[in-house]
Amino acid sequence: MAKEEQDKILDEVTQSDYKYGFVTDIENDDIGRGLSEDVIRMISAKKNEPEFMLEFRLKAYRHWLTMKMPEWAYLKIPEINYQDIIYYSAPKQKAKLESMDDVDPEIRATFDKLGIPLDEQKLLSNVAVDVVMDSSSVKTTFKQALAEKGVIFCSFSDAVQEHPDLIQEYMGTVVPIQDNFFAALNSAVFSDGSFVYIPKGVRCPMELSTYFRINAENTGQFERTLIVCEDESYVSYLEGCTAPMRDENQLHAAIVEIIVKDNAEVKYSTVQNWYPGNKEGLGGIYNFVTKRGICEGKNAKLMWAQVETGSAVTWKYPSTILKGDGSSSEFYSVAVTNNHQQADTGSKMIHIGNNTKSTIISKGISAGKSSNSYRGLVKVTKNCEGARNFSQCDSLLLGDKCGAHTFPYLEIGNKSAKVEHEATTSKIGEDQIFYCNQRGISTEDAIGLIVNGYAKEVINKMPMEFAVEAQKLLAISLEGSVG
Amino acid sequence: MLSIKNLHVSIDGKEILKGINLEIKPGEVHAIMGPNGAGKSTLASVLAGRDLYEVTEGEITFQGKNILDMAPEDRAKEGIFLGFQYPIEIPGVSTVNFMKTAVNEHRKHKGLDPLTASDFLKLMRDKKALVEIDSKLTNRSVNEGFSGGEKKKNEIFQMAMLEPKLAVLDETDSGLDIDALRIVANGVNKLKTADNSTIVITHYQRLLDYIIPDVVHVLFDGRIVKTAGKELALELEEKGYDWIKEENGK
Ligand SMILES: Nc1ncnc2c1ncn2[C@@H]1O[C@H](COP(=O)(O)OP(=O)(O)O)[C@@H](O)[C@H]1O
Ligand SMILES: [Mg+2]
Repeated sequence: MAKEEQDKILDEVTQSDYKYGFVTDIENDDIGRGLSEDVIRMISAKKNEPEFMLEFRLKAYRHWLTMKMPEWAYLKIPEINYQDIIYYSAPKQKAKLESMDDVDPEIRATFDKLGIPLDEQKLLSNVAVDVVMDSSSVKTTFKQALAEKGVIFCSFSDAVQEHPDLIQEYMGTVVPIQDNFFAALNSAVFSDGSFVYIPKGVRCPMELSTYFRINAENTGQFERTLIVCEDESYVSYLEGCTAPMRDENQLHAAIVEIIVKDNAEVKYSTVQNWYPGNKEGLGGIYNFVTKRGICEGKNAKLMWAQVETGSAVTWKYPSTILKGDGSSSEFYSVAVTNNHQQADTGSKMIHIGNNTKSTIISKGISAGKSSNSYRGLVKVTKNCEGARNFSQCDSLLLGDKCGAHTFPYLEIGNKSAKVEHEATTSKIGEDQIFYCNQRGISTEDAIGLIVNGYAKEVINKMPMEFAVEAQKLLAISLEGSVG
Repeated sequence: MLSIKNLHVSIDGKEILKGINLEIKPGEVHAIMGPNGAGKSTLASVLAGRDLYEVTEGEITFQGKNILDMAPEDRAKEGIFLGFQYPIEIPGVSTVNFMKTAVNEHRKHKGLDPLTASDFLKLMRDKKALVEIDSKLTNRSVNEGFSGGEKKKNEIFQMAMLEPKLAVLDETDSGLDIDALRIVANGVNKLKTADNSTIVITHYQRLLDYIIPDVVHVLFDGRIVKTAGKELALELEEKGYDWIKEENGK
């Protein structure tokens, strides 16, 4: 393919529009810009929180004040003015939603447009959804059906009101407030998110999913997810995210904590499609997320599967602490960057229990002028016998203006550990494209085939209902970028 | 079927094809022979629409249509198939998925619905038998880790799947042992009809014992310098290319 032709196609791709970039015009209840102890007290009061929550927030805030934004990531981030952000904004609607009719029609229309109908009849019958817009949960479906099994699936705020003892017991136990700068900030100001509790011996009868949407301007989104799986239980959970197109950057700093007990299993899947900014690199979401699970019990299992195509900047390392003997964790990730997107992402596997096993499969796809880094840590503590890890980090480049980097870290404290690391870098060649063309396959379809083939191992780990979506998303975010 | 008139082709400003004329009628098999570097693969690539090459002069019509402005995938769907001299590996893309996409694109072009999964698998089975290709190969990613001979067989398998009007087979014989050569040649012969045409590019006579050409051309230094019946291939086999070079002042 001639150089000009390649450039033309590259341009076309980069112009492929972000489909979720609209804004919903609804009245918001916000508290103005800026952050202080008063602001935190105000958030806590608005949410009518028990005293322990306010204390948790204030402690986190005071600690955050002593911290600095991390600079070790392979990212260029302009300075963020934390006083210029609105920390609480919620769509104004009736205090308590009794039925679908109580949801603001504008909000319903928004989620219909996003392909997430809030109407239970219209939903996939085996997926329950919690929908979070800006700082608050709008609606959770199938709550009743789940409650019959003893499963709790509700917004974080509702959980604070209805199950304060569970929240107090588990919140901050996996990601402590001092953990890192963004975790401390989230702990101070988080407004909503999802809470999942699966009782002992229960296999959650449906997929659970939370759909995050940023809508309001100048706000940050700080949500928290807490998943607790008792002995011998199972749940598959998925989160999805989108945001409007705006010229200014918006901050998203979330925390996910997962606790997996004896013989329990959690699958946590993410389809992250926050607004990535325009093709010149203007606007987009700063996605600074701390996700961590602990395999607390013996033979506990935690699987992370993620397809990441959005955000201007991504800073995210879903991690597992393998504490229970025989516990295991897998991390499967496809991260796509295009245009000026930057991602520094990967995983951490901390082996503590004996005979613990972890797998990391990371597939980076870079196009345009983007930068895509894998950063991963495998740590085996001194008394951990028989740990095993296999890591594979592959990079696929489309075009020659993008960059891919790999930063694997190993801290092996016990000689019995077996740790393997493999890394490859490949490029979609114009000879591959031509070969496809010659068989009647267009360049766009050829890229789709190659990228989906490359990401197959990860996509196959997503719940079936979302695998197809994830596949489409990959093709859309890369259409035409050949090099 | 195919008409090439005064075709001149350059790459990076260097002229490689220097006025090719070629007429191929439905049902005909043409062999193009010639020494290394003569321009055989260039001609094949230009027919398939590879844009590394610049057509500076001349025309190509295929079934009455000028194809020079047609995208490679459209030429393919019109019925031009290129068996690559060096088939490309596409890791991660299963042969099944690749062929399903290709077959259905061809069907769409003809206004047909995509094949159902079971019809497609049946088609695969039939064509696999035709070219005696092992399922072990078609179950893998496209050409990934195939030997040279396996890649060539896979080209003929794909040709069988797509049933082109004009197949251009670029040195499909090289890298094949005698058994594989027979299988590949048989495959090509079985796919022959009165309506489709084949261009067999080779520089050994060997293949032409199995695929009997109607016409043999000698391509030398970017020009067709000799055209005759199948006996020309034997003559080349016997005498080599030196006499051609001498006749053409090189
Ligand atoms: N991509 C290319 N860049 C520069 N020169 C090329 C390229 N491809 C072919 N050529 C040149 O064109 C001439 C013809 O090559 P080719 O068509 O491959 O010959 P053949 O197939 O007959 O052996 C050779 O001199 C070769 O070096
Ligand atoms: Mg050649």
